[in-house]
Amino acid sequence: MAKEEGSSVTRRGFVKTGLNALAGLSLVGGSGLLINRSSSEELVWQLDPNLCVQCEKCSTECVLAESAVKVVHSTSMCGYCDLCSGYLEPGAKSRDTGAESQLCPTGAIKRTYVEDPYFEYQIDEKLCIGCGKCVKGCGAFGNGSMYLQVRHDRCTNCNECSIARICPAQAYSRVPASRSYLLRGDEAQKFSGI
Amino acid sequence: MTGPIFRQRWLLFLVFLLPVLCSAQTVERFPKPDFQTDYTRPDLTTPFPRTEVQEIIDIVVLIGALSLASYFALRLRSRKAVFVLMLFSMAYFGFYREGCVCSVGAIQNVSYALFHPGYAIPVSVVLFFAVPLLFTLFFGRTFCAAVCPLGTIQDIVVIKPVKLPLWLSHCLSLLPYVYLGLAVLFATTGAGFIICQYDPFIGFYRFSASFHMVLLGLSFLVLGTVVARPYCRFLCPYGVLLDWMSRLSKTHATITPDLCSECRLCEDSCPFDAIRLPDESQVVPHKTREVKRLAIFIVLLPLLVAGSGWIFSRLGDPLAGQHATVALAREIQAENAGLRTETTENSRTFRAAGKPDSDLFLEAEALQRQFTTGGWILGAFLGLVFGVKLIQLTLHRKQTGYEIDRGVCLSCARCFAHCPYELVRRGEISLEEVPEVQ
Repeated sequence: MAKEEGSSVTRRGFVKTGLNALAGLSLVGGSGLLINRSSSEELVWQLDPNLCVQCEKCSTECVLAESAVKVVHSTSMCGYCDLCSGYLEPGAKSRDTGAESQLCPTGAIKRTYVEDPYFEYQIDEKLCIGCGKCVKGCGAFGNGSMYLQVRHDRCTNCNECSIARICPAQAYSRVPASRSYLLRGDEAQKFSGI
Repeated sequence: MTGPIFRQRWLLFLVFLLPVLCSAQTVERFPKPDFQTDYTRPDLTTPFPRTEVQEIIDIVVLIGALSLASYFALRLRSRKAVFVLMLFSMAYFGFYREGCVCSVGAIQNVSYALFHPGYAIPVSVVLFFAVPLLFTLFFGRTFCAAVCPLGTIQDIVVIKPVKLPLWLSHCLSLLPYVYLGLAVLFATTGAGFIICQYDPFIGFYRFSASFHMVLLGLSFLVLGTVVARPYCRFLCPYGVLLDWMSRLSKTHATITPDLCSECRLCEDSCPFDAIRLPDESQVVPHKTREVKRLAIFIVLLPLLVAGSGWIFSRLGDPLAGQHATVALAREIQAENAGLRTETTENSRTFRAAGKPDSDLFLEAEALQRQFTTGGWILGAFLGLVFGVKLIQLTLHRKQTGYEIDRGVCLSCARCFAHCPYELVRRGEISLEEVPEVQ
């Protein structure tokens, strides 16, 4: 570095220190500005079931091999029907738990008899792949009590959700972590504490 | 449910066997059941995402790792310590945090936040962006050495690094600027987060990736055995910012603990070609020719900036096509005009949602204008970078001894053990044993 005789600070050194201070101040200042109008809460991904068109991309587009999106069932809305259009295939020969009658490709919906004429339907998350076939059936011919949701014990909360990018209905959005589900029925009110 | 009602339902069922594309609306077609037994409905589980405490822990670990990295590289001067810290960072930021959010990707969030006041960027993301830059401003690129999950996974596969030819090195060093520019453009317009989409190593950290991602990641790691840290040196967009901060840094790692006798023992010790040889700053034989060249480049600079800006503004249209809204608008337009015979899932869903075409077209036009403006800025930026690089290559600086190129050096601490004065400091040899320079 060129050094003038008798001085401890070089011209280059002075400019460098100046730029260093400027960079540091801009970083701190800029960060402060952003933090000021930021939420202290983490934002997570969630899909709005009222926009969903059941295109089945949720099961294939997630970066995880087993998608973080699964079906949830708002039992407060369910009709508990024997002829469940979310459980049974259209044209099913009998209303039973036979695999040939079921709409679900992995058999993730468990049907149990409650009392006459009601049957309970529960989703086994370990089997559900998030394809939404049951959601389509339930929404088209039933009460719409079955719908897809991002499960936050599985979701890695990617910076940009790859399902969100490709969803034809633009149903995905970032929501605050404290209100991380967009539910239906009584469950929605219970969730938001109303 | 008996008799005629039952038959009615079956009929309804058959009628609706036709494929119907409709969103699952909540229509209460069947009444709520009236249970006679004391049956209770099962609850819907809502497992929560990571808590705020864990975000705070991430920041604390980040600051701790950065402090240790700087201490190990600058004070302790130990490659072993840096290496161990590297493994820890891989384990924590890589495998445990699954590589997301990372400082490299945080660029996109910050640029998006700067242009969209409605986006509440999480504090941890701002800190992940700013804190490594601040540390670099003080100590050099110690973040790269031992903290970044993308860097550390490449560092451990460095087996037989080769020195790239200088011209290749200089050309490739322009790529990070292109990547940075495109990433910022795509992030601010909402077209997507390309740094995340093309992150080669995140598949390893998640233990889950598509075929293309695995291929990309493996290629980078295999290449990384001979070309040390290819992503860091020739692609990383955050590296551009770290490069600038490091050049301005208050203190930096040095090869020798005190003086350099130009013994040349460290010449081949850097796998990243970050050591500048003193020969490069010899007295220039043809001074007038060099000055003429410099003058040409200085005059060329504004032309490069303007020309490049113009070229990239022309690229605004194809770049805009990468945005989902613009692509959809173009698809709808083509279908309306009869240029497309088949519809896509996106266009069908759009039409079914009932939003008027004109709204979509207005949005797309606004985005296209953004891309044109963005193209100008991106082009001007790249033109400036290229022009400055040409000027830099023409300028010669007087150099005493072997110096580290602060912009490129990743503070990995590999070169220290090659310096005889370092060995003296470590007490492995005595001062008399230091080889004499001929």
